[in-house]
Amino acid sequence: MTSTTTVSVGLPVEHRDRLMRLAREVSFGAGTRLFEEGRRADRFWVIRTGTVLLDLHVPGRGAAVIESLGHGELLGWSWHYPPYVWQLGAGALSPVRAWEFDAETVRALCARDPAFGRSIATWVGRVVTHRLQASRIRLLDLYAPYGSGSRA
Amino acid sequence: MSDVPVPHLVTGMRRETADTVSLTLTPAGQEALEPFAPGQFAMVYAFGVGEIPVSVSRVGRRELVHTIRSVGAVSAALCALRPGSQVGLRGPFGTGWELERAAGQDIVAVTGGIGLAPLRPLVLAARAAHRAYGRLNLLVGSRTFEDLLYADQVRAWAESHGPLLCRATVDRPSPGWWGHVGLVTTLLNSARFVPENTTAYVCGPEVMIRATARDLLHRGVRADRIRVSLERNMRCATGHCGHCQLGGVLMCRDGPVIGWDRAASLLMVREL
Repeated sequence: MTSTTTVSVGLPVEHRDRLMRLAREVSFGAGTRLFEEGRRADRFWVIRTGTVLLDLHVPGRGAAVIESLGHGELLGWSWHYPPYVWQLGAGALSPVRAWEFDAETVRALCARDPAFGRSIATWVGRVVTHRLQASRIRLLDLYAPYGSGSRA
Repeated sequence: MSDVPVPHLVTGMRRETADTVSLTLTPAGQEALEPFAPGQFAMVYAFGVGEIPVSVSRVGRRELVHTIRSVGAVSAALCALRPGSQVGLRGPFGTGWELERAAGQDIVAVTGGIGLAPLRPLVLAARAAHRAYGRLNLLVGSRTFEDLLYADQVRAWAESHGPLLCRATVDRPSPGWWGHVGLVTTLLNSARFVPENTTAYVCGPEVMIRATARDLLHRGVRADRIRVSLERNMRCATGHCGHCQLGGVLMCRDGPVIGWDRAASLLMVREL
């Protein structure tokens, strides 16, 4: 579990600057849906302020929240891997300001410049690894009554 | 430090969650225990059932508050007590958080589950004397909203713009949940601290402690400034029986709060 998933430390300065030149400032009101599970993943975001909830539609239960993302975090990685389809949905819990990136433009730049492409792939891979590890730890249900850390 | 249980009256009982209560304990007679420091623990004796170690979750002028989760015979008996009941108390035992060593530094307190209880007195003390420290952060992890300890207080801290930045996260959100969703370590991204000038306090399940300590180290917090509270099977609490031994450390005497510089290698040995 490390902090290298945020864009500020996840990319070398040169490649971060290059990526940021492709950024577009956007904002979303609380309750706005940013993307839906099963739709084409044609963009991604880096959150500047606010909180975004990742969710999964469960029949009969509606949107089950999986995780929340905040400042500096990458929102969306399905754009990086075929078939470029969102695996989850996402909605703004609070007003959100973010940098938005067009997926095709970034993928094209990755293809043209292998060093940049490697940096992006490493960064996105770290994000995925981090979330996988966090999910694994949550699966342990550490705070459940048995073995929860109580001394009693 | 008292080696013999001192009778205490239950003068208050507050149900925190479905399986956890906070007991306010006041000396039943003239004899009282020495003052507790945040992070220290008492041996709480449920008469006729047994004795368990419980960290202090609030320190008053004469009274102590212990937050207890019902997970076994003794803790279940303690959780069933009502005002007017009596218990025996020995202590104070063990090392404290040693907040005074963090003077002038940023503070990051990270808790998981019932780990918030031993850290609450530290948070209260740091908040009360916040000018002596840098920025204060409290990051709270819980299984669900319903399992969150001191839920009203945590929410009030999270919504206040005072000296304490408080964030809370749950593994499984339910309707009405107002905080984050995910592992508590992810909240470190929103904490305000300069790693090189930070003291961190971590309490919770061991896996959570390891994950948090690694993240703090990676960010640049010194290992000896990451103070963790470890759980072991404490019996005598006076360093004689050896039940709580972890390598060369007797947790009841040398712990429960120790620096990550000592704890890291001990926790890597599966047989300990």
